[in-house]
Amino acid sequence: MNLLQNIPWLVLLVVLPLAGSMLCFLFPQRGKLLGLMTALAIAASVLALTYQIMGQVVNQGALRYAVGGWGAPLGINLYVDGLSLLMLLVTALVGLAISIYSSGYFNNDKAKHFWPLWMLLWAALNALFLSADIFNLYVTLELMGLAAVALVALAGGADALAGAMRYLLVSLLGSLCYLLGVALLYHSFGSVDIVTLGQRMESSPAVWAAVGLMTTGLLLKTALFPLHFWLPPAHASAPAPVSALLSALVVKASFYILLRLWLEVFPVASASLEQSLGQLLGLLGVAAVLWGGVQALRQTRLKLLVAYSTVAQIGYLFLAFPLASIIGWKAAFYMLLSHAVAKTAMFLAAGNIMFYGGHDRIVDLDQVAHRLPLTLSAFGLAGISLMGLPPSGGFIAKWLLLEAAILSGQWWWGIILIVGGLLTGAYVFKVIGYAFIESDLPHESRAVPKRMEWVALILALLAIAMGLIVPRLLSLMEIGSPFAGSSL
Amino acid sequence: MNWDAWMPLLIVLSSLLVGLVIFVLAEDRVKTRIWLNMAGALFKLVLVAIMLWGVFNGHHYETRLPFLPGLDLVLRADALSMLFVVLSSGLWLLTTVYAIGYLEGSPYRSRFFGFFSLCVTATVGVALAGNLITFLLFYELLTLATYPLIVHRGTEASRRAGRTYLVYTLAGGALLLIGTIWLYTLSGTLEFTARGFLSALDSSHHPALVMIFVLLIAGLGVKAALVPLHGWLPQAMVAPAPVSALLHAVAVVKAGAFGIVRVVYDVYGIEFSASLGVTLPLAMLAAVTIIYGSIRALFQDDLKRRLAFSTVSQVSYIVLGIAVVGPVATVGGLVHLVHQGVMKITLFFCAGNFAETLGIHKVSEMNGVGRRMPWTMAAFTIGALGMIGVPPLAGFITKWYLGLGALEAGQGWVIFVLVGSSLLNAGYFLPILYAAWFKAPADSWPAERSFGRHETALALLVPPVITALLVVAVGLLASTPFSPLHWARFITTLEYTP
Repeated sequence: MNLLQNIPWLVLLVVLPLAGSMLCFLFPQRGKLLGLMTALAIAASVLALTYQIMGQVVNQGALRYAVGGWGAPLGINLYVDGLSLLMLLVTALVGLAISIYSSGYFNNDKAKHFWPLWMLLWAALNALFLSADIFNLYVTLELMGLAAVALVALAGGADALAGAMRYLLVSLLGSLCYLLGVALLYHSFGSVDIVTLGQRMESSPAVWAAVGLMTTGLLLKTALFPLHFWLPPAHASAPAPVSALLSALVVKASFYILLRLWLEVFPVASASLEQSLGQLLGLLGVAAVLWGGVQALRQTRLKLLVAYSTVAQIGYLFLAFPLASIIGWKAAFYMLLSHAVAKTAMFLAAGNIMFYGGHDRIVDLDQVAHRLPLTLSAFGLAGISLMGLPPSGGFIAKWLLLEAAILSGQWWWGIILIVGGLLTGAYVFKVIGYAFIESDLPHESRAVPKRMEWVALILALLAIAMGLIVPRLLSLMEIGSPFAGSSL
Repeated sequence: MNWDAWMPLLIVLSSLLVGLVIFVLAEDRVKTRIWLNMAGALFKLVLVAIMLWGVFNGHHYETRLPFLPGLDLVLRADALSMLFVVLSSGLWLLTTVYAIGYLEGSPYRSRFFGFFSLCVTATVGVALAGNLITFLLFYELLTLATYPLIVHRGTEASRRAGRTYLVYTLAGGALLLIGTIWLYTLSGTLEFTARGFLSALDSSHHPALVMIFVLLIAGLGVKAALVPLHGWLPQAMVAPAPVSALLHAVAVVKAGAFGIVRVVYDVYGIEFSASLGVTLPLAMLAAVTIIYGSIRALFQDDLKRRLAFSTVSQVSYIVLGIAVVGPVATVGGLVHLVHQGVMKITLFFCAGNFAETLGIHKVSEMNGVGRRMPWTMAAFTIGALGMIGVPPLAGFITKWYLGLGALEAGQGWVIFVLVGSSLLNAGYFLPILYAAWFKAPADSWPAERSFGRHETALALLVPPVITALLVVAVGLLASTPFSPLHWARFITTLEYTP
């Protein structure tokens, strides 16, 4: 057997960022270098893991690993299937990009705090995607939340602290709800392992309560309308790379847990409950798309516009719940992936604009926009994916979701996709329009390091490219057939 | 290596790559940019010529790339697509020459020519699309690539025009998307097939198919400027002249009209469309558009605005020819795809020359302009007479076939539309010609620039003269092989012979 196949890459994925975090903490002067090295190492490990999994035939490609040789129920199991693998991949991609970007963005004082926290967050994210039981999911969720809150507070100043504090409370409340649900399930079935729970699941009031609690907690963390109130202020005050992390990865992680539970733990519990709850989630998604879109259009500051755009885009993810078909789930997951890439590009582009001109007032963008053509191109290309115009990851997701909506006979969900796309077009072009007029900058500008511009552009191009490699991504998604448990 | 499978992709890439390189080119690399532009346009033309010869000799050119499960991206050269490809890549070359002359010395040329190349990429993609999803992809790309060209000048008016354009086209694109997906869920395929692929569907689906037809035509009608979806076109005339040429003759409205042809012929099939009862309303809509556009054109004093309304009217001849249902009318409609392109591009080139050389933007300022700029005005005259339908120019051939076809299909009312529209065309073009040739010029022109020996820059003068000659040639030589008329007949036999 060759070496690549034998190394437990999935353990490395947790250990590497943890070690990186320690090192960055111990050697703050070298934080930038250590952070970048760790980021590269993690990216390489994810690729190796992908290779390892592709070579595996047993278990339909999914990989289970008992840490230290102790399996469930005593030890900790790590588990990789198509869903988690793609989450790990997108996290590595976005993480690497953000690491490169941050190496130019932060001054030394901030960098000293940023790198250890960011590595810790990365460790939490990777561990979360690898968890095979709902209790470990809780632990990693909490860890991720705390690291994210600290990162939001990094900017300093009253706004940032207030935003961070609010985020902290929401985050804790969300995890608490989730933990209560975990306790209820453990009490009922005597296990926290996802597969075991899925097998033993049966309908009872305790289970319904657990479903309600866990879903609510996760919705709060995912910032689904009307529980999104914490997200715009947290984003607005955070540094650009942190905003990108929050939008692209952190809110997605809690959605990922919800998706897992919904696909593998809850289905057997109660079909009728699931159906009506699914309809409710779909309605909230609709409200999110509309509210987020309209609010984004009304914003006068660029970062808030992008933040509300996230609120809207999260709404799309929930349109899959009332459809509850395999193609619908795939569409939502595709949306998640392409949104992660595109939204990172967009936040980084917004960060560049702010970096250059010192402000992000939309009406004064004409002072900046034409001086940063690469950044504006990145913003535009990311916008195309968010709008769902072809060819882009966003278009594919929208196409699949529309197809699922029509096939399930619930075409009205499709209308929201179209309306949301037009709203997105409106706010994206509200910004792009400024690229074509010029006026003088009233004050000194600050040169943007070229790598910060290129990172944003390359990510945006990747968001477009995700519209051209669909069969490959869909077949990765199939590994371990994570969607098999859902109703057809 | 099998070249036949790569030719269509190569033709699309030839301008895409040029565009991408131009984007990153420094602003002052003028020579390199000109060289790249011309090389790209010529290379594309050579490839198209080879492919045209191949298609004529029965070669099958098809590029197929996996896109979605069960759906491929397909680029295919069939007779119909070649008509559009030849038109757009031929006029593309001339427009590039014109644009280089027009924009000399102005800022942001790398951006302009980059998007310019993307625009032709999208158009050729639309032409070569072998199924509805590929078509949709390039159709939306066209929207995105033209927007920066419309707002290029960055004035308040151009930004407003750009906004209007987006509102119309993005909404249209959304309708097209819904129609396409709905169709896909019903039929399970989107592959363009001669005589359509829907007639086998169960008749319980027919109401849905009618709805889908309406969605698709509404989506395409935005770009084809069918009334009442035409509002963006007259506003977009604030764009620079080469962009207007692009919008009106080469790319945008043509993509819409071409899409309608595709939907009627290769998605629904003409006989099935007729049996669904959707062709007569479409013909009526086209007739209304023809008359309405002409009437509005009468009252415009701004030259480019008058031409824009004229486009609204003329493009619908294509739709009318399709919707009348009958081989002869179809020939008229298809051939107008080319004829309208050559005529309208001449007129817009000339309008651009008047504006650039003398500062003339209004019809009322054109008195005596024929004496100052005889070559440009001669080209304009040929274009205008062609539009009116004076034999033996291009427009006459179109109207002749449309009229004959309508009679053959037993739809005599179309004759009145044709006559009425010709009278209106004469009503808004002849006064211009009269004023330009026979009225005495004003003491001074609004903003005159001197270009030495010639009446204007050579790069601005040569393209309209060539296209004007083409207007004469496609009319005079209509019955020779390889003329647009000949090709349109060839396409029609494919659709109508059993």
